[in-house]
Amino acid sequence: MKVTFPHMGNLYLTARALVAGFGQEAVVPPPCTKKTLSLGTQYAPEFSCLPLKINLGNYLEAAEMGAEVVVMAGGVGPCRFGYYAQIQREILQDLGYDMEMVVLEPPDAHFRELIDKLNYVARTSWRERLHYAQIAWWKTKAVDDVERLVEKTRARETAYGTADKIYEQARDRIDQAWTKKTIRAAVEEASAALAAVETGRAEEEVVRIALVGEIYTVLEPFMNLNLERHLGRLGAEVTRGIYLSEWINEHLFGGLLRVKGSAKEAKKMAAPYLNHFVGGHGLETVGSAVYYARQGFDGLIQVAPLTCMPEIVAESILPTVSHEQGIPVMTIFLDEQTGEAGLVTRLEAFVDMVSLRKKRKRERVAGLA
Amino acid sequence: MKLRVGIPRALFYYYYFPWWKAFLEALGAEVVVSPETNKAVLNDGVKLAVDEACLPVKVFYGHVLALIGQVDVLFLPRLVSVEHKAYICPKLMGLPDMLRASIKDLPRIIDVTVDLSKKPEKLPELVLEVGRFFTGKKKEIMAAWHEATRAQEYAEGLIRQGHMVDNVWSFLAGEAEGLTVDTGAKRFKVALVGHAYNLYDRYISMNIIDRLSRLGASVVTPDFLPDEVINTEAARLPKRMFWSLGKRIIGSTLHFLQQSDINGLIHVASFGCGPDSLVGDLVERYSHRSGKIPFLYITIDEQTGEAGIQTRIEAFTDMLAWKGAS
Ligand code: SF4
Ligand code: SF4
Repeated sequence: MKVTFPHMGNLYLTARALVAGFGQEAVVPPPCTKKTLSLGTQYAPEFSCLPLKINLGNYLEAAEMGAEVVVMAGGVGPCRFGYYAQIQREILQDLGYDMEMVVLEPPDAHFRELIDKLNYVARTSWRERLHYAQIAWWKTKAVDDVERLVEKTRARETAYGTADKIYEQARDRIDQAWTKKTIRAAVEEASAALAAVETGRAEEEVVRIALVGEIYTVLEPFMNLNLERHLGRLGAEVTRGIYLSEWINEHLFGGLLRVKGSAKEAKKMAAPYLNHFVGGHGLETVGSAVYYARQGFDGLIQVAPLTCMPEIVAESILPTVSHEQGIPVMTIFLDEQTGEAGLVTRLEAFVDMVSLRKKRKRERVAGLA
Repeated sequence: MKLRVGIPRALFYYYYFPWWKAFLEALGAEVVVSPETNKAVLNDGVKLAVDEACLPVKVFYGHVLALIGQVDVLFLPRLVSVEHKAYICPKLMGLPDMLRASIKDLPRIIDVTVDLSKKPEKLPELVLEVGRFFTGKKKEIMAAWHEATRAQEYAEGLIRQGHMVDNVWSFLAGEAEGLTVDTGAKRFKVALVGHAYNLYDRYISMNIIDRLSRLGASVVTPDFLPDEVINTEAARLPKRMFWSLGKRIIGSTLHFLQQSDINGLIHVASFGCGPDSLVGDLVERYSHRSGKIPFLYITIDEQTGEAGIQTRIEAFTDMLAWKGAS
C-alpha cells in the first residue's frame, strides 16, 4: 500500500518514519511548487483557504506517483480545517480518483488512533511500530533543533545562504538516519558547522522578531514565500510561536509528550484582550504578542492565509495589544496572488522600523546612564 | 427609568430578535434596535473593522456605533454555539473582544458566552446569567424566559407561513403596519439559501428577494422549513456539518433539490466567508450531481453593485423561463 500525506514544512520527515513503522511505502509528495498550487487552485473551491488548495495539489501530485492512501489530520470545528478532508474527498471523487482517505479526528486524534486506522494495512508488530514512532519523534525534534540554530545564524552570517545550505544537508541526513545515534550525529554536525559560519552583524544590530499566526503559514516556507529566510537576510533573528514538534505532539501523540515551546504559555496571556478560543491559533497569536513583548522581542509578525477566520479575529485585536504592551506588530495575509517581491518590501520596511526603534531605545538608555 | 438595552440590527438579530426582545422587555428593559442598515452604517463599520473581515461583521460594527450614546447597555452575547456539537463561526466567538479592541467608548455590554456545543443542558444557566443583569429574582427570570420562548415560537410560526424574517421582525417590533404577502403573478419558484443576515438585511442583499419577486419568482428560504427537515437532510452528509448556519444551508438545499416545484437554487454568501466557502462548494456540487436544478452562487461585499446583482439574477431567471418553455 502506498501511503501519502500533505506537506507542512518538515512534516514529511515525521510522516515517512511513521508510515515505515507500518511496513508501508511512503510516497512523499514532490515539494510544493507553483504547479502544486495551480493544481490545487484549479479544483478546490475558489474561496477556500490556501492550505486546503495546496494540500489538494499535494494529493494530486502524489496520485501521479501511485499513492493509494492519504493520511491527514481532521477536526470537528469550529474552523474550516475540520472539513478539509470531506471537501477534498468529494473533489477527488468527482475527478475520478480512487484514493482512500484516512482522517485522524480529535478528540481521539492521537497515535493510538493512527495505529487503529492503519492497522488494516499493517504488516508489522507492535514493537516495530513503537520503535518507528520513537524514531519519528527523534527526527522531529532533531530537525526543530537544527532549525532553531539556523534562525540564529541566518541573521548574522556574512555570506547569505550558508546557514540554509547546512540546514538542507542536515535535513536530508535526518531523513535518512534511522537510529537515535545517527539522528543526533546529524544535529551535532550541523550545530558545529553553523557555529563555524562566518558572522558579520554586530549583536546590537540584530533584531529579534517573533513569527506567529496560522500554523500552516508559519510552518510551510512555500506558503509563506520563504519569509524566514528573507527576515534572516535582513538581520532579523526569527523565533516561531510554534515548531513542528509541538504540533506533532498535539495532533498525533495526543499531547502525551513533554515538549518545550511557548504556544501553551502564550495562550494563557491572551486575556483580557481575547477571552475565548476562536478556532485555529487565534488565541495563541494574541497571547504571543503579550508573551513576546514581555520577553523583550523587538517585533512580532502575524501571518495567515487570506480569509483565515481565527487570524482575522486576532488581527482585529492586535493593534490594542501592540499599543499597550509596546511591541510593533505587522500582519501579513497571503493568497495565491501574493508576490514574493512585494512581501520582501513590506518585510524590509518593518525591519527598518523596528531596528530604528531599537536603536533609539538603546540611545535613550545610554543617555540616562 | 427603564434601562435602555441596545440590540444591533445585524448578524443574529435575524435569528433571535423575538426571543431577545421579549426576554429583555419582560425584565423591564427598554429595547432599542439600531436603524436599518444604510450607507452611513456600512461606511462606519467598514472604517472601523479590519479590511479582511466579512461584510456582515463590518456591518455589525456599524450598528454598534449607531447605538453608542443611545443606550445604557449593549446586548452582545458571545455566540459560540447554540446547539450540541455545532458552532456558529470563529469570528463570532471573538466578536465582543474585537469590538472592545476597536471602540474606545463602548458602553457596558452584556457579553454572556453562549456555548452549548458540549453541554446543551447549560441553557437555563445562561438564561439566568443574562437575567441577573436585571433582577436577582429567579422566578422573574424564568417567567421572562417563558415569554421569550413563546414570542420566538409565534414569530417562527409566521415565517413558516411564508412571511419573510425581516417583515415579521419589524411587525413584531411595531415598525411595520402588518405582514406583507407577495401577490404578484409568479412564473417560477426559486429557493434562496444563505445566512439570514445576508438574505434579510435589504441593504446587504440589495433587496434580492424583492428583485426576484419582480422578475416573477416566488421565493422560498431555509427559514420556511421546520428544523426537523433541515436536521434530517443534513444528517445524510458523510461528514457531520459542524456549523449551525452551514447545516441550515446544506440541509435545506438537499430538501429543495428533491422538490419538483423548485425551478432554481440561489446561494447568497458574503465574500470571504469562511464556512460558506466550503458549504457553498457542497451546495454547488450536490445540485450539479442532481442535474436538475440550475444553480447560482452570489457573493457580496461592500464593493458589490446593484447593477451587477440585477444583471446576474435577470440572466438566471431568463434561463429559468427558457427552461420552463422548452
Ligand atoms: S485556521 Fe485559517 S487556514 Fe486554518 S482552516 Fe481555519 S480559516 Fe482555514
Ligand atoms: S459565518 Fe461567514 S458571514 Fe458569518 S460572520 Fe462568519 S465569516 Fe462572516
